[in-house]
Amino acid sequence: MLYREAGDFKTSYSADNQTFPIKFDRLGYYTALIIAFLVIPFIINDYWANAIFLPFLIYAIAALGLNILVGYCGQVSLGTGGFMAVGAYACYKLMTSMPEVNIFFHVIISGGITAAVCVVFGLPSLRIKGFYLAVATLAAQFFLVWLFNRVAWFYNYSASGQINAPERTVFGIEVTGPNTEAWATYLFCLVFLVASALIARNLTRGMAGRKWMAIRDMDIAAEIIGVNPLKAKISAFAVSGFFVGISGALFFSVYLGAVEVGEVFGINKSFLVLFMIIIGGLGSIFGSFAGAAFLVLLPVVLKVVGVDWLGWPTDIVAHLQLVIVGALIVLFLILEPHGLAQLWRVTKQKLRLWPFPH
Amino acid sequence: MKKIFVTAVASLMAAAPAMADLVFPSLSYRTGPYAAGGIPFADGYADYFTLLNERDGGIGGVMTRLLECETGYNTEKGVECYESTKGEGALVYQPLSTGITYQLIPKTTADDIPMHTMGYGRTSAANGDVFSHTFNYPGTYWNGASGGINYLLEINGGDIKGKKVALVYHNSAYGKEPIRTLEELQKKHGFELSLLPVDHPGQEQKSQWLQIRREKPDYVMMWGWGVMNQVAIQEAANIRFPMENFIGIWWSGAEHDVLPAGEKSNGYKALTFHNVGRDFPVFADIQKYVVDAGKAAGAGDQIGNVLYNRGMYAAMLAAEAAKTAQGIHGTADITPSMMRDGMEALSITEEKMAALGMPNFGPSFDVSCENHGGPGLVGVTQWDAASQTWSLISDFKETDMEVISALIEADSGSYAAENNIESQCK
Repeated sequence: MLYREAGDFKTSYSADNQTFPIKFDRLGYYTALIIAFLVIPFIINDYWANAIFLPFLIYAIAALGLNILVGYCGQVSLGTGGFMAVGAYACYKLMTSMPEVNIFFHVIISGGITAAVCVVFGLPSLRIKGFYLAVATLAAQFFLVWLFNRVAWFYNYSASGQINAPERTVFGIEVTGPNTEAWATYLFCLVFLVASALIARNLTRGMAGRKWMAIRDMDIAAEIIGVNPLKAKISAFAVSGFFVGISGALFFSVYLGAVEVGEVFGINKSFLVLFMIIIGGLGSIFGSFAGAAFLVLLPVVLKVVGVDWLGWPTDIVAHLQLVIVGALIVLFLILEPHGLAQLWRVTKQKLRLWPFPH
Repeated sequence: MKKIFVTAVASLMAAAPAMADLVFPSLSYRTGPYAAGGIPFADGYADYFTLLNERDGGIGGVMTRLLECETGYNTEKGVECYESTKGEGALVYQPLSTGITYQLIPKTTADDIPMHTMGYGRTSAANGDVFSHTFNYPGTYWNGASGGINYLLEINGGDIKGKKVALVYHNSAYGKEPIRTLEELQKKHGFELSLLPVDHPGQEQKSQWLQIRREKPDYVMMWGWGVMNQVAIQEAANIRFPMENFIGIWWSGAEHDVLPAGEKSNGYKALTFHNVGRDFPVFADIQKYVVDAGKAAGAGDQIGNVLYNRGMYAAMLAAEAAKTAQGIHGTADITPSMMRDGMEALSITEEKMAALGMPNFGPSFDVSCENHGGPGLVGVTQWDAASQTWSLISDFKETDMEVISALIEADSGSYAAENNIESQCK
């Protein structure tokens, strides 16, 4: 009933190929965009921005990036934390060495730098697969964190080894530093997320995405039908690195403002983003959003329910949270290996017929 | 998802009223690899405020309310905790984490809420002229570093030229904090400093202690926290490093750090800026009004532990600052901004401490607009494994302020220049 195709006529190829072919979906998408751009900025406050929206937006970009690599191209990566650190430190060096350039371009260039680093660490993927590649990217994770801790040039020789985001503006409005308004940081990240999602969506349904998926499904067969594994794998690492780098740059400059590499971009971060795409759905743009939203919101909701409503001790709630996240991952792997995205797909199928199942 | 949003909104609305009390947020960590230190500190902090409520009816007639928020020593959760509690009129933040401190220094300044980082955080925040809302009295890491070296000078008859000192440190902003001071002191006193970083969380230290075994330093200093401390002490015992030559900073000298190594940890030393033990009248009150009344934050078994004492000391300083603020502004219901004035005008005297049931517990000092770092007096404690007690073996002494002041000046100056901060003390 809700997801009706009947009466929704397509008269051109582009109309037939659009991202949301069903009218109801399309309307939902536009409504979401309008709410995100025109409603939320007016009602957002510091708490909502810093506890929920900024982490969600930034993790969603990272999840998009990782999903391209793991979900679409099938190359398992445990180096996300390290690559985010590359984005963050690149952004820091750019911000401090070229203060006259707009932060917007710094973030994009940081993505580019991360893409280059990611390609270098992606080279082993041409020879090794599966678990062995995971171990190779794990090495990247540890190496990069060690590097940023060890080489003082990266943190401008500050005594503490921390990097601090100086104040930067876009159109005269502060987006980094302590005096930012919640709506400004929110919109800044939102613009990056929407652009990233559009790029990712269009890449994955085009030639590049088909090549990645061919490599993922069976690399030998893909090679036989003319997919160049070198180009496909390296381009997946580059695109993935670009998004992950952007998320790392935003994570440092807009969200946290001060970063210590070992603590913020450690192995936990790699796993967190990986869990996001597993719970959200591998090989799905919507899944990246759903997974990020789920893992960002879950701790906050558990805390609100456990501590603020039920008045439980904070440590019990923190432990419960670990138990619940762990249980959910196991349950998802068993019951719905394709994640939240698949649940959403099934719901849509059901809604198409609802309320007449036959 | 919508449902979750609605519930979250509803909870925020529900939590908004109920002002009219003095809110002290406690960004604690009772989970994770640093919980061993976080729990007693948080208990001490909470119990003192409970005591004030139960015994005195709050501070100046206004009840206190403790808002506990679990950070797990994680900066992201710390930020979340800060944002979720600041709207409730939080008077002063004590994050007990150098990483979270760095995060909160600009935020608290922008929001006009004071932050007290007692013996941790950014040392150069001692320069109140630049860091208007950050306080780190009564001592800083650089006082600690200098105090440790002074102690070595004292036991070596004033000369440590050519002695080898190794620093085993947590590879983070916290652990790196003393390096600059130690390097300056190295130039001044001519000892050899070697640096041994230990990565978070610090369970793996075989290679560092192998290096110590090879290089045979005369003294080892440690800037450790959480599980790292007990592992280091165990490793030191394993390579038979003489414990009396092993000195930890005040965050590396609590009961739970030395107990796992058992007898072998006997003689381990740690720096401190407040007294140890439970021979203070205030503990009788805590026992009577808090523990026996079943209102203790923990199991009530931590009383008198080093970190419990420190948490209680932190709460006491906060409560005294609130009293001072009430006096200055003539109102019992103070705001964070008034609290900041109170902290800046705080004066702790021996009579005051004695009246609070803590005679000789910590130093007497006056905070001023320029000096947010206190006197920086450092004492040394030693662990006796047989009786399982810490005892003060070197009284609270002055540190090398000549070296430290210059460093504070330089570091805070560069922070002020980076962030265009104008002098606030006129």
